[in-house]
Amino acid sequence: MKPTAIHFKKSAKVALVDPDLQRAMGFIRGGFVKNRQTVVDRLPEFDELRRSARGIKEHTLQNLDFYLQAFEKRVQANGGQVHWASTPEDAREIVVGICQRAGAKRVTKGKSMVGEEIAINEALETAGFEPIETDLGEYIIQLAGEPPSHIIAPAVHKTKSQITELFHEHHARYGYTDRQTEVPALVDEARKVLREKFLTAEVGITGANFLVAETGSTVIVTNEGNGDLTNTLPRVHIVTAGIEKVVPTREDVSTLLRVLARSATGQEMSVYTTFSTGARRKDDLDGPSEFHVVLLDNGRSQMLGNEFHEMLRCIRCGACMNHCPVYQGIGGHAYGWVYVGPMGSVLTPLMVGLDQAGDLPNACTLNGRCQEVCPMGIGLPDMLRQLRRRQYQSRKSSRTSRAALAAWSFLALRPRLYRRVMGAAVAGLSWLAWGRGRFRHMLLAGGWTSVRDLPAPQGASFQNQWRKRRESRQP
Amino acid sequence: MNNNREQVLANIRAALNRAGPLPDTIATTLQSRLARPRPNIQPAIGADPVAHFIDKLQSVSGKLTRVASIDKVAEVVGAHLQSYDLGDAIVVAPDPSLEGIPWSNRLSVERRAGQGSDRVTVTGAYAAVAETGSVVLLSSAESPTTLNFLPDDHLVVVRESQIVAHIDDVWARMRKDKRAMPRTVNFITGPSKTADVEQTIQEGAHGPRRLHVILVAD
Repeated sequence: MKPTAIHFKKSAKVALVDPDLQRAMGFIRGGFVKNRQTVVDRLPEFDELRRSARGIKEHTLQNLDFYLQAFEKRVQANGGQVHWASTPEDAREIVVGICQRAGAKRVTKGKSMVGEEIAINEALETAGFEPIETDLGEYIIQLAGEPPSHIIAPAVHKTKSQITELFHEHHARYGYTDRQTEVPALVDEARKVLREKFLTAEVGITGANFLVAETGSTVIVTNEGNGDLTNTLPRVHIVTAGIEKVVPTREDVSTLLRVLARSATGQEMSVYTTFSTGARRKDDLDGPSEFHVVLLDNGRSQMLGNEFHEMLRCIRCGACMNHCPVYQGIGGHAYGWVYVGPMGSVLTPLMVGLDQAGDLPNACTLNGRCQEVCPMGIGLPDMLRQLRRRQYQSRKSSRTSRAALAAWSFLALRPRLYRRVMGAAVAGLSWLAWGRGRFRHMLLAGGWTSVRDLPAPQGASFQNQWRKRRESRQP
Repeated sequence: MNNNREQVLANIRAALNRAGPLPDTIATTLQSRLARPRPNIQPAIGADPVAHFIDKLQSVSGKLTRVASIDKVAEVVGAHLQSYDLGDAIVVAPDPSLEGIPWSNRLSVERRAGQGSDRVTVTGAYAAVAETGSVVLLSSAESPTTLNFLPDDHLVVVRESQIVAHIDDVWARMRKDKRAMPRTVNFITGPSKTADVEQTIQEGAHGPRRLHVILVAD
């Protein structure tokens, strides 16, 4: 999809007053957040596992070229092919090429964030194929013509009645003309419609949660089983994955699995964890006869070793967004690209350009909750701060905020002047707000006061209070 | 494409401050890490892996029936068909370990890979994991993967001796048995489900609506 993060402020405003979206977002707190806490509390080893998981990823990243080559060698030894893509264009070209050589018409898809990143559906449609998302959430948003609003629950912004209408509109041509209004009936109708697609597709595309260097396996976790029907039934299986997904061994994957599902959905283990290794063997009765892995860089190698390095540890669990007050308020679409919430606010500027997503690093209260719940301990708030610094240094922030920061730094570097000016400002403001304790409007602070009041300072400045306290404690 | 490969690897090496591949000494160390994998931290599961497995399987809505011997499996499958009104046709994996089961004459039993219209399948398993309540199936001529995903009901015959404590033990057992990675390793932990409509959990999304493990004593 074309990034629309540049319209962040406008989209966020719309989202905040959208009653359907606000109702749908309420489900996240009762679901993911509560369930994660429950399973984490039940596992005394959780923090130790987190440290171990983080160590595995760091070790792999430090030797990334070695492990990618080891992975490649094992895939080839098992009769599969590895394709390398520097850019989304390269990846699209590779995938479309495979589908063309396979003589495909219909292409089923398991959920893949890299698939979203490279906008593979549009490319397949343009090339004359019929791509079908099979994860129920992805299917819903494909029918709605929308991007995902969450990396593991892409249709979390949709209410049941919206889904009823979508299915009613799109399923009539398959003979399902009744409006289904209950969850079991909706799920069942999608199951029947998609079953036919699974059985007739020539190519299946899945993502990968992990790549295993030891065995050349790709690993996916799903709850629905759609990923497995996608990688078992068609003649050709294509896996799209970022280069940072590789880990050394099956034991290392086992450790990461222990933190992934717990952090994502609050499950101890997803229903289906599947290791795919090569094409069908000589005497197998089923399975695809071609196995392709497309490894995507798209800026990842540029993050290695610099201040955004930790982001490559991300295992795409979604815990950061589930716990983010900004995400909870506005949902995923306002972020304007495929990655949303705190991890998206770091990745989107790095992948599509800071000038295309300048508001994202600033749409954060720095409350640190995302880092606290991140199974890989990624310093998201620090990275957002780094992006703000880049913005300032490259003169991409607004003139008003630059002037304000320049004035503040002038004062902050001159402590005596700072105390005098702040003391006067505090006194002046509390006098102006006398009796109300807050401001409805203020010059230069319209961005704040247009949606909420600005509290007036109460009493003296912090430094003044501190000095008085110290003086009163002196013997 | 080859250019892409060299470009990506060169970018990685540049970012890691290296001009070329890893020096041989380090590469050898990493090779041996790959050749002799060791488990990392494992959650404690208590003294009785079988009880733990049963507990975990049931906590994810898996059904479990224990039987004393393999010939009792037929009765359990028959009762399952009856209680969910599933007709009298089953597909059984062409697995030699399931050959001794005395199926009732009233049943139509086929041995083959799965098909879109299959309602009930019966398969064996390679292992089961106490830690997670998962059954583990390795694809082969004896265990076609389609049987695990296409039916409404999937019944899995597991022997108690196949239950291992942790996920890592499956890998250790495969190495000991000299089982190379098959095309697919499936860890199955309960019936298929989705929460994509308003975070309401609904079973039977795309895979089996019910998972029934028949645990055979041995």
